Amino acid sequence: MTMTSVAQLIIGVTDLAAAFLFMYGLKRMSSPVTAPSGIFMAGLGMLVAVLASFLYVFDVSTAAAPHLLVNVALGVVALIVGGGVAWWAGKKVAMTAMPQMVAIYNGMGGGAAGAIAAVELFGGKTSGSTQLVVTLLGALIGTISLSGSLIAWAKLQGVIKKPLRVRGQQYFNIFVLLGTLAVAGYLAYVAQGAAIQRPLTPQLIYLFFGCALIYGILMTLPIGGADMPVVISIYNAATGLAVGLEGFVLGNPALMIAGMVVGAAGTLLTLLMAQAMNRSVANVLFTNFGGTPKRKTSHIKGSMKPIAAADAGIFMRYAKSVIIVPGYGLAAAQGQQKLFEFIKLLQAADVSVKFAIHPVAGRMPGQMDVLLAEAGVPYDMIFQLDDINDEFKSTDVALVIGANDVVNPAARTDKSSPIFGMPILNADQAKQVYVVKRGQGKGYADIVNALFYADNCNMVYGDAAAVLTTMIEAVRGLGAKAAA
Amino acid sequence: MDFSIHITGFVALYIFMLAAFAGWVIIGHVPAILHTPLMSGSNFVHGIVVVGGMFALLNASTMQEQAIGFFAVLLGAGNAAGGYAVTGRMLAMFQTSGRAEKHRKPSHTKANHRPKAL
Repeated sequence: MTMTSVAQLIIGVTDLAAAFLFMYGLKRMSSPVTAPSGIFMAGLGMLVAVLASFLYVFDVSTAAAPHLLVNVALGVVALIVGGGVAWWAGKKVAMTAMPQMVAIYNGMGGGAAGAIAAVELFGGKTSGSTQLVVTLLGALIGTISLSGSLIAWAKLQGVIKKPLRVRGQQYFNIFVLLGTLAVAGYLAYVAQGAAIQRPLTPQLIYLFFGCALIYGILMTLPIGGADMPVVISIYNAATGLAVGLEGFVLGNPALMIAGMVVGAAGTLLTLLMAQAMNRSVANVLFTNFGGTPKRKTSHIKGSMKPIAAADAGIFMRYAKSVIIVPGYGLAAAQGQQKLFEFIKLLQAADVSVKFAIHPVAGRMPGQMDVLLAEAGVPYDMIFQLDDINDEFKSTDVALVIGANDVVNPAARTDKSSPIFGMPILNADQAKQVYVVKRGQGKGYADIVNALFYADNCNMVYGDAAAVLTTMIEAVRGLGAKAAA
Repeated sequence: MDFSIHITGFVALYIFMLAAFAGWVIIGHVPAILHTPLMSGSNFVHGIVVVGGMFALLNASTMQEQAIGFFAVLLGAGNAAGGYAVTGRMLAMFQTSGRAEKHRKPSHTKANHRPKAL
């Protein structure tokens, strides 16, 4: 056997192993018990595949042979620098900033897929019209994912504060997309369709990538910050698809399988998220949510009734059951640790405490679960919407911390509300509701919450962490008095 | 012997179809509690694009191709390494209050089983 055959054999076997480990690893992530081993297996697959990729040196084209040493050196540097910086950032990032971090990594993947396509296009390496079309398609999707993810990052990070919307924007975006497709079509035509086949014009390739980048930006700019999780999930699926398509161009089944598995998984995840918000994906992408005129608030009866944090804390100490509805406000105030401390006090006093998590709590589905886990809350105290929603009726206190839209009963009753029909946590059905809130403002979706005006609801104003500290002191004070 | 891989149109479509189906089924069983680690985990998996980047870079024959190939490996490596780092961190945090008890009792009861939401 030649060295080339041996290299091909080893690459074939490792890539097969990698594809298996990716799928098996994702499968093991379906339970918190096996999940850590799942990501480890997927990581192992990645490691062997990357190491085996150096064996490509035995199988390079004759044109590249003289540059091989430089190329290998460049590869090592790129792996160490790119991997090292991202690893360091991933270890450093705060759990609250996780969504934008995932957006960045996702954009990098899309950019890599686009760059691979660019090498193929500039080098004129595609053979046949199928390959060319697939290369262009993968490049388009990957590049849009790159610039779109960067905008999503900027929005979540607060670099871009307001959704940017101008009249006729949707038409302009469609125009840019059609223009990009036209350039792609012309490229394909010049290379394959014309009577005499010519190499692709570099200027046109630049134009193509430029248009795709601009489209990604334009597409993401008008979407509100609250919808960014869905958008990131879409781009995640898109990057997977782009990677799969470029895998076909390179004749690499591991890329095809991994890319397409992520493409399908990401699509399903996107649909689940959109469903949790009771909106279609098209609605997220193309209607300017939050841009509708503000509803009148006059038909909400009652008033917001403030209560002191200490009183609310003591009331919960003597309740039988408490359900906590945490939202992003809790995480923003870094109050998870304090909350868990408070809960341990309640549990010591034989109060039954559970967490109710809305599917879109936090800035990303499931982010609240991660943030609570970070604070040490065991996951068997955490319940999802469908599993706990009937329990509010028989619960003494619902404690809403930093959450707003996910407990707005208008979603059940008020047809004119923009969130009408969204599944919500029925916190309003508890005997007593406490809402911990920084001020009287509205939530992320900018909608008035009828719950805050309900008879059984009291507002505890203040920073979540500070309020919880007061509650802890109040309950501890009781214990001290009882002991004395 | 020839171990090079040649994938033609229809074989590619079969691979895509089966992989898409596998992805759909695998994710369909993930409980909502794991959605964020899962999104980050699947984000890590498409970091395999770094292998494609290596192929493109090693086959580069002009300065332009080398530059773009370098860029592809740089970004792909970032996707893979960063995705692994954040996913691993998140998953390591999940723990159950009954963990100690479960080790004592061989019978796995409800604490181990999270019903699927949505």
